[in-house]
Amino acid sequence: MRLRRPGAGWRRWALVVTAALVLAGCATGELPQNTLAPEGRIARVEDNLWNLVFPIAVAVFFLVQGLLLYALLRYRARPDDDPSVLPRQVAGNTRLEVLWTLIPALILAAIAVPTVKTIFDLSQKPASPLEVRVIGKQYWWEFEYSDEAGNIVTANELYIPTGRPVFLTLEATGQVTDDPSSIGVIHSFWVPKLAGKQDLIPGHQRTMTIEAEKPGSYSGQCAEFCGLSHANMRFAVVALEPAEFDAWVEEHASPQPPPQDELAARGAELFTSRTCIACHAINGYEGAEARVGPNLTYFADRAKFAGYILETTPENVAAWLEDPQALKPGAQMPDLQLSDEDIEALVAYLQTLK
Amino acid sequence: MTAIAERPTTTPRRSVFRRPTAETGPWSWITTVDHKKIGILYFVTAFFFFLVGGVEALLIRLQLAQPGGTLLTADQYNQIFTMHGLTMIFFAVMPLGAAFFNYLLPLMIGARDVAFPRLNAFSYWVFLAAGIFLYSGILLGGLPDGGWFNYAPLNLIGPNPTLGVDPSAGSPIPEHVQRMVLYSIGLQIAGIASLASSVNFIVTVFNMRAPGMTLMRMPIFVWSIFVTSFLMLFAMPVIGVALWQLLFDVRYGTSFFNPASGGDPVLWQHMFWLFGHPEVYILILPAFGMVSEVLPVFSRKPLFGYSAMVFSMIAIAFLGWGVWAHHMFAAGLGPVANSAFGLSTMFIAVPTGVKIFNWLGTMWGGRIRITTPLLFAAGLVGMFTIGGLSGVTHSIVPHDWQQTDTYYVVAHFHYVLFGGSIFGIFSATYFYFPKVTGRMLDEKLGKLHFALMIIGFNVTFFPMHILGLWGMPRRIYTYADGMGWNFWNLVETIGAFIIAAAILVFMVNVTRSLRHGAVAGNDPWDARTVEWLTTSPPPPYNFEEVPHVSARDEAWHRKYVSDGSQAPRRVPAGASPDHGTPDDASPGEAAVPAAEAPAHGPAHDGASAIHMPSPSYYPAIAALGLPIAGWGVVAGGAVQVALLVLGGTIIISGLFGWVLEPSAEDH
Amino acid sequence: MATTDMSAPLPGTDDAHATTLGLANDKMAMWTFIGSECLFFGALISTYLIYFGRTNEGPAPAGIFDIPFTSASTFILLMSSLGMVLALAAIQAGDMRRFRTWTMATALMGATFLAGQFYEFSVFAAEGFNLTTSPFSSSFFVLTGFHGLHVALGILMLLSMWAASMMGRLPQQLHTTVENIGLYWHFVDIVWIIIFTVVYLIPAAITIAPPTG
Repeated sequence: MRLRRPGAGWRRWALVVTAALVLAGCATGELPQNTLAPEGRIARVEDNLWNLVFPIAVAVFFLVQGLLLYALLRYRARPDDDPSVLPRQVAGNTRLEVLWTLIPALILAAIAVPTVKTIFDLSQKPASPLEVRVIGKQYWWEFEYSDEAGNIVTANELYIPTGRPVFLTLEATGQVTDDPSSIGVIHSFWVPKLAGKQDLIPGHQRTMTIEAEKPGSYSGQCAEFCGLSHANMRFAVVALEPAEFDAWVEEHASPQPPPQDELAARGAELFTSRTCIACHAINGYEGAEARVGPNLTYFADRAKFAGYILETTPENVAAWLEDPQALKPGAQMPDLQLSDEDIEALVAYLQTLK
Repeated sequence: MTAIAERPTTTPRRSVFRRPTAETGPWSWITTVDHKKIGILYFVTAFFFFLVGGVEALLIRLQLAQPGGTLLTADQYNQIFTMHGLTMIFFAVMPLGAAFFNYLLPLMIGARDVAFPRLNAFSYWVFLAAGIFLYSGILLGGLPDGGWFNYAPLNLIGPNPTLGVDPSAGSPIPEHVQRMVLYSIGLQIAGIASLASSVNFIVTVFNMRAPGMTLMRMPIFVWSIFVTSFLMLFAMPVIGVALWQLLFDVRYGTSFFNPASGGDPVLWQHMFWLFGHPEVYILILPAFGMVSEVLPVFSRKPLFGYSAMVFSMIAIAFLGWGVWAHHMFAAGLGPVANSAFGLSTMFIAVPTGVKIFNWLGTMWGGRIRITTPLLFAAGLVGMFTIGGLSGVTHSIVPHDWQQTDTYYVVAHFHYVLFGGSIFGIFSATYFYFPKVTGRMLDEKLGKLHFALMIIGFNVTFFPMHILGLWGMPRRIYTYADGMGWNFWNLVETIGAFIIAAAILVFMVNVTRSLRHGAVAGNDPWDARTVEWLTTSPPPPYNFEEVPHVSARDEAWHRKYVSDGSQAPRRVPAGASPDHGTPDDASPGEAAVPAAEAPAHGPAHDGASAIHMPSPSYYPAIAALGLPIAGWGVVAGGAVQVALLVLGGTIIISGLFGWVLEPSAEDH
Repeated sequence: MATTDMSAPLPGTDDAHATTLGLANDKMAMWTFIGSECLFFGALISTYLIYFGRTNEGPAPAGIFDIPFTSASTFILLMSSLGMVLALAAIQAGDMRRFRTWTMATALMGATFLAGQFYEFSVFAAEGFNLTTSPFSSSFFVLTGFHGLHVALGILMLLSMWAASMMGRLPQQLHTTVENIGLYWHFVDIVWIIIFTVVYLIPAAITIAPPTG
């Protein structure tokens, strides 16, 4: 009779196929949130630990699966075996058992040392950082720069200089920033290429450091389930060379002049009359100081809006004003029942905010 | 309550109902107190919930098969992923374990039933009531939607901030609050079932063992029941308190977890995971016990390092209480707490590793019969190892900040709970089907089931490691194109349907084998423990004659003799079992003197004289009151008072009827 | 009851001789259940210890608790444990009249304690200290409320025993049931000692004289 080894065969095939697919998958496409390709000091330190542990895990994986398959093949019952003859009845081996208790314990102890060291290293506040306050709301991010950086407030795009640590203070609030009576929910701030996550917890203040080595836009997203549009709570960290960053600060710290274009001017009026002003701030627009929704001062500069899911094109902005809930369920932006003309004017006005 | 519950009174008296007498038909199942029937009820019900949870999983996978999926709305998705977790944990894997606990515990320790047969029936009915209560949300305001972990304060304010908050709980109760009440009370009821079971099993193990069955002669599966029961006993009250606090917060405006009025949402996380991590071991230890029974039988060798297996299980159970905050590494507990919980998490891998290597040692040098139960058991060893290794990577706290809340974690716990628990449960199902039904499951279909399952499982869950490391978060109902996640998500969805096909094969196998399977006989696998000494299926009283146990692997020692130096040989059938010194017993507990453990029990006067507990209506009645009272809290207003009173009355009268009826009628 | 094998444990029996460890099943079950209850009250007390300082400008422990009053009701509850002991001794000795007297006395002392708790709660409510005032009030009422519920269940069991005995349905052999209910009753009392110390006395002392600095 032919050799039968179903369990062994299947598992080996599964492995080969998986390995092939992994390679195939790796070769394709961009991975904007790949934790294995760090581009900042913090993420790199974290990745170094992974690079230490992963090979050990792979070695143990092959050891155990190898022993398992070997045992299944080598010691399988053969059809010509005499069923009344039993193998030697070994009930244990103290030396072996002590060995495979001690060796893993020693390996783990060796891993524990750099782990604990890294935990404490990363908990230190870095020297001369840029400080930014991060506020998580259902479902978007508000970034408030310290006085040093001109007291800018942005939404869903965090501009940072390269090569300088950025020290974040993270808070979760309800609808209105800094209103302790409204309840916010937990979010988690995560830019995989720059650092691991840190939760934002209502009633607490958390901190973390991020750092980018090279200029670029780094994709991030909320990592703690926060409700209907948890999936739509994305953002980007945009790293600029220090000089460019200083220019950005200078530009964005200045208020917006009133629009010149006629349509846009009508949009600016609608901003008040259709109650946008109740929730949104625009620096330079009189009375627009609310911090319920995002600060729109440089709205048109942002690559994306609405929880960073929609590109900032006139069509998308119009569709958003038409029916926000359809694009982002649970969004706090209400459907204002705007007419097409009003939407057109508002879009024109928003386009001027850059 | 338990104490008076099982009191047999010496004077029979009339109760409200005539004692149920049905031995077949639906009433015999509703009133049964036979642990074997209850075990079957558990299995069938839990398997039904397993299918429900599976369908939910398929819906999740269909939604995520491609970016921007539109099959489900965000609200539907959140309900479904929440219910998938709750169903699989509380209504599938835990009760599937309980099914085997119930069926096998008395058989394995040579008892006629558990210590409290009616309490056992009560556990089952309460579990069923909890499932119905939780799923009644379909007809009410929707199902729970905050994830199984249901973090505060999202559980207080709800997923849709545009709806606003109304903690004053006027009537009608807002939909979101109803969903949280279903969650809170549904799990509370399920916890009562687990608590009652754990008390019952602990007492049974302590007190109902056959003569000679010392603790260190107990089958390893009984040890896993014992340890799991202690975990349930101590974990359930912790989540119970947290659930009460949640209920008071959402429904009656207290401020345990509400930061706006001074509460702390992190407290919920501590309470939840202080329960939640032992819960993980409640789910996996029974499967460990199962494969520790299966591997020796099919390797034809005793379990390698029995004592190490027992003590590693106890060590896991102890350490399991000291690792909960590894679920909260991203919550910002500070470097000291993170280091402490990182270390404890690393070191719980040590006893787990001991188990893996001892299983390999069991197979090593054996004569392994490649049967379906063996394949599933070996599958557990292989798949759980992967889950264990990814678990160790979680303990690397700084890198866990990258892994946590991503699909990497989803991969990890499916390797542990599917590759571990579910594989173990299927192994035990194939192994014990002959004992329960008297017929064998078909081996060809069984191997097809295994092949589809291990392929489908790996195709579904292995890519989740990759997606997680590529930055895909959990609990998202949609994702953008261009993240590089499309391919593997599609592959996972295909894998999920392969698993579904595997489950279909299993169901076909069971359906066919129940009628046409080969007749099993008492001991079809040449097994080692005493449950194989009795008939398949066993009689209501389990053993005509309670076995006297003089060795671990008692049944094996009745079939084989071994003088230690030579390979053991089989005792000719019919010959008197010769109890030589069992070579797997430690010196201190070598064979008991003959006088203490005679080969035959005292002469008996036939099975008809064995007096078993009588069936009862009251466990089911008392259980019925719980969801009724619960629906009162969901409804609010005057209905609340009415239903609370009605439910309370049913519970109290059920308990009184229970106490006042003797556990067994005199004949 | 005929059995085939007297040395084998029988399901549903409380005959200590038939069990492996020689302890009655129901007594062991009660101890196991009490083990679980320890974690239940442990979790509630822990919550309270975290929260008793969070008063939301409502009353603080020192301002609201009436220590002499609660001491008196604590004393009554403790005395009820003595009543329970005497009731058990009576039934073990076969003196059913004395058993009923002490069972009723225990139940009444328990009820007095509950009445005291009810009075205390209503005074608190009148002073603006209720379930929703603050995390301190929430954790206080939920903890003491659950304890009160346990006392109420104990009273229900005691009264049931008393009634059963009056109707002649509680033969002397059932003294083990009385013992188990007694175990529960003593446990509930002991929990109260911890609650009285940890919930009333220590927070009241701390909030009167807060540590400087």
